Amino acid sequence: MTRLRGRLLVLQVLVIAMIVVLVVRLWQVQVVQGPRFVTVATETRTREVRVPALRGAILDSSGRPLVRNRTTLVVSVDRGRLERMPDGGDAVLRRLSAVLKVPVTKLKQEIRACGPGVSRPCWPGSPYTPIPVATNVNPRAALQILERQEDFPGITADIQAIRDYPNGKDAAQLLGYLQPVTQSELEKREGLKANYSGVDLIGRDGLERTYDAALRGTPGLRNVQVDRMGKVITVNQQSDPVPGDILVTSIDAKVQRIVEKSLDQAMREVPRSDGAAGVVLDIKTGRVIAMASRPTYDPKVWTGGISEKDYRWLLSEKSGKPLVSRAIAGEYAPGSTFKISSVSAMVADGQPLHGTYQCPSSYTVEGRAYPNAGGMSLGAISLHTALVKSCDTVFYKAGYEEWLRDGGKTPKAKVKEPMPTMAKAYGFGRRTGIDLPGESPGRIPTRAWKLDLYNSTKAEMCKRAKIGYPEMKNQNQAAYAKRLAREHCLEGMIFHAYEAVNLSIGQGDVLVTPLQLARAYAALLGDGNVRSPRVGWALMRPDGTLKQEIPVPVEGRLPISDETREYIRKALAEVPSEGTAAGAFRGFPLNVVKIGGKTGTAEVYGKADTSWFASFAPADKPRLVTVVMVAQGGFGASTAAPAVRRIWEGIYGIGKGDDGKPRQPALPDGKPVTRLPAISRESQ
Amino acid sequence: MTDAIGVRRRSFASRVVGRGSVVWRMDWLLFGAVAALSLIGTLLVWSATRTWSSIEPTGMAKKHVLNLLIGLAIYSAVAVCDYRWLRTYAPVLYGIAVLGLILVISPMGSTVNGHHSWILLGGGFALQPAELMKPALVVMLARLLVPTSEKGKAKDRPRATGVALSLAAVGAAAVLVMMQPDLGTTMVLVATTGAIIVFAGIRKRWVVVGLLLAGVAAVAVWSLGLLKPYQVARFTALIDPSSDPRGVGYNSTQALVAIGSGEVFGKGLFHGGQTTGRFVPEQHTDFIFTVAGEELGFVGSVTVVALLGVVLLRGVRIARMCNDRFSALVSGGIIAWLAFQTLVNVGMTIGIMPITGVPLPFVSYGGTATFANMMAVAILQAIHLRSRPV
Repeated sequence: MTRLRGRLLVLQVLVIAMIVVLVVRLWQVQVVQGPRFVTVATETRTREVRVPALRGAILDSSGRPLVRNRTTLVVSVDRGRLERMPDGGDAVLRRLSAVLKVPVTKLKQEIRACGPGVSRPCWPGSPYTPIPVATNVNPRAALQILERQEDFPGITADIQAIRDYPNGKDAAQLLGYLQPVTQSELEKREGLKANYSGVDLIGRDGLERTYDAALRGTPGLRNVQVDRMGKVITVNQQSDPVPGDILVTSIDAKVQRIVEKSLDQAMREVPRSDGAAGVVLDIKTGRVIAMASRPTYDPKVWTGGISEKDYRWLLSEKSGKPLVSRAIAGEYAPGSTFKISSVSAMVADGQPLHGTYQCPSSYTVEGRAYPNAGGMSLGAISLHTALVKSCDTVFYKAGYEEWLRDGGKTPKAKVKEPMPTMAKAYGFGRRTGIDLPGESPGRIPTRAWKLDLYNSTKAEMCKRAKIGYPEMKNQNQAAYAKRLAREHCLEGMIFHAYEAVNLSIGQGDVLVTPLQLARAYAALLGDGNVRSPRVGWALMRPDGTLKQEIPVPVEGRLPISDETREYIRKALAEVPSEGTAAGAFRGFPLNVVKIGGKTGTAEVYGKADTSWFASFAPADKPRLVTVVMVAQGGFGASTAAPAVRRIWEGIYGIGKGDDGKPRQPALPDGKPVTRLPAISRESQ
Repeated sequence: MTDAIGVRRRSFASRVVGRGSVVWRMDWLLFGAVAALSLIGTLLVWSATRTWSSIEPTGMAKKHVLNLLIGLAIYSAVAVCDYRWLRTYAPVLYGIAVLGLILVISPMGSTVNGHHSWILLGGGFALQPAELMKPALVVMLARLLVPTSEKGKAKDRPRATGVALSLAAVGAAAVLVMMQPDLGTTMVLVATTGAIIVFAGIRKRWVVVGLLLAGVAAVAVWSLGLLKPYQVARFTALIDPSSDPRGVGYNSTQALVAIGSGEVFGKGLFHGGQTTGRFVPEQHTDFIFTVAGEELGFVGSVTVVALLGVVLLRGVRIARMCNDRFSALVSGGIIAWLAFQTLVNVGMTIGIMPITGVPLPFVSYGGTATFANMMAVAILQAIHLRSRPV
């Protein structure tokens, strides 16, 4: 028994040693390293969750919604969580597929990152944010996902606001669209990270892009305690999201509708037409009342993620690239609508306003005859008649003589170039600076422009003049191209007489956007100031208080007298009654609402003419400018002018509507809304 | 006048609680420590399982209390028995345990939480025969290692046949348990057997040989790939928990975080964030100590260790006061078993032992384990009652 007792004594010693070891280790872990483990525990247990702010609505000038929010149940996938699972989240996705009734392969496609070789469906946004895979989920499926988090780790279902377009396709390009924030955007823009929640979208085009910061609001921040599955147990602290501002625009939804319908009809009547645009401006304020573009699309395709097919279609030549607004990005030769600038230039250059000008059937420059449209010959006429009847030869002569005075082919050291200079004063050849992205500058050809162009293409052209175009199949075409290259190499720097002649009537290398033309007319018919048009009118807080009115900047002033402007106005006022647009306005009660305007028919190489009508009303005291352009629309008088007539009929409530009843005016007395609307809850 | 000097028959109450009675002479310190551990264990089980069901947060705690009550009944029954009966019925006890283990690996066995260790009894109750094997093996080995002809001066060393039979007994049990498979229980059985054989008085050189053989066997098992990959990984994770923080290392890392974040005074019962968030797996059974560490802090976890220390040291005292070899071996074996389990269980939660499925005696949730532990304490009490000089 002594040996046994001895060995039990050893056991006693071992037990005591064990207790000492355990206590020492506990001291080490809990007392010495305790604070460090507290930090680790806090990190594993708490998460910062951003609560997206409700994006502000976009309203028309009367407070009617153009874009509003609609709530929907959205199921999102945290790709990072799935990737850390042993099977890469395969089992979770299969269960999700069963609940959502969506094939697993489709779910996998939607959560993979977009990149070279990976086309939609894929996720263009940040890989660290939950990826929405299903919108408009029925509540039962969402509940299943939320209640069985152990089966659906990394999957969340929550209510999100998505964009809703109550007016369908109206003003689609102007409103723009939203897309997920990309990782590079998050990294590039400092401070963006703090203002975007995981599921945030960013305005990619139109007003959504320009006013993104204001519309977005500030997301709320929630510090939550989560369990092992990432399920929220308690909310520690919360800062509520601040909803985005409401953007009130100067757009009038009714006028917009009228313009859209009118363009649709024009496109229907001229099936070969591949594009059209309509702009209605408030002359007094420089604000945009309506702006439409054809072809168009339904902005609904963006909500809940666009499909590969839809996305490709929108960017394809076949669809006519409906994302591009022809009103601000379409560049077209303006034709005779440009003559307001040419007349202004002639008078500013010293020609008499009330003088007499010859209007022969054609005008010969350097041995080549430039005819009037239809061989029209009017003899000695005033500038007034030249505008009303659109006599080209008057302007050819003026343009050619100005060119000669500048030195012709061998320009003087200091050239006057009255017509291009006046065109630039009217705001052509540069962006209007409207509050929309993607605007085109248009083009006004000058001697300097020609020289720049020559210098940048000289090397290539002179090389081609020597070697020709061996890669071209057609021998004749190759020979022609080689001849052109040789010509360009030798005298490409020369601003030719024919270029000056074409410029005078808005042809040749002159390109303008419909918006540029509209604001040029607004400047002429208003106070003579050239403004940078605005669509946004004011930003308001969701409670209806005004945050900021958006001013319309004045860019410059027309360098012509009020007398000249008044003279031109009076001439244009007779175009619908006695001039080129008389046919289009036959039967229109001009005695009730007097309309002014100018037709334009611009030739395009290899295509049908571009049809223009720049118009204003009332002609005696202009308040609104309406410009319609129909690409390949033919004569201005036959396509664009009737389209504008329909717009005036809608605005003033003339004639009978589709239902056979007298039309209600969209704008009573043709006066735009002058006071900001009162914001109500419903309008959001 | 025998009546005058005859002892008056004492009342039943006096016999049970009076001076010199079974209850009076019981080792109250030992019982008190076990009771305190059971109480703490119930609270910790409650805390660890209250988030399981919002309808009945106390469900598991109630089941644990029921287990304890059954355990108390077993305790009372065993404690009042003459421990020498154990010697007689040791083969029966061992036989029942072996039969249970065979049933487990037969189609009648069931898998719970990935362990094929159970015999379902219906009504939500289940038996875990491997737990029952622990006390059965201790009693069986004591019988085998103490020669029956214990007359006069007992032999100081076990007979070779006894040692051989002991190894056979533990071998059969270990093989059956490994077929479940349950590495933790196998380790407890082997360690306990080793301790009992050493207590029985084999020569020191055999002890050295045994340790060497164990070492060789461990190396062989390791290199021959007899262990499952996850079992190997647990040992690797012990050396470097960061080697696989999301896999095997996850458990030991989360256990350390939970215990460490308790600091000195803990976050308070029911206020442990790691426990509430269920970051530590199996927290009501094998990882119950992490709840104590997080919610009761250093003070609480040291209290638990200290109470276990009281149980073990009182047990050693009882063993050392034994008058016969059988009872000394039984109580020594029980202490070795409980001490080994305490070391492995607490050690794995604080990163000094590999992760193995071994419950913390008297604290972890578990039916059969609780019954086995209570039986062990009752045997210690029974030995204490009869070895103390009256």
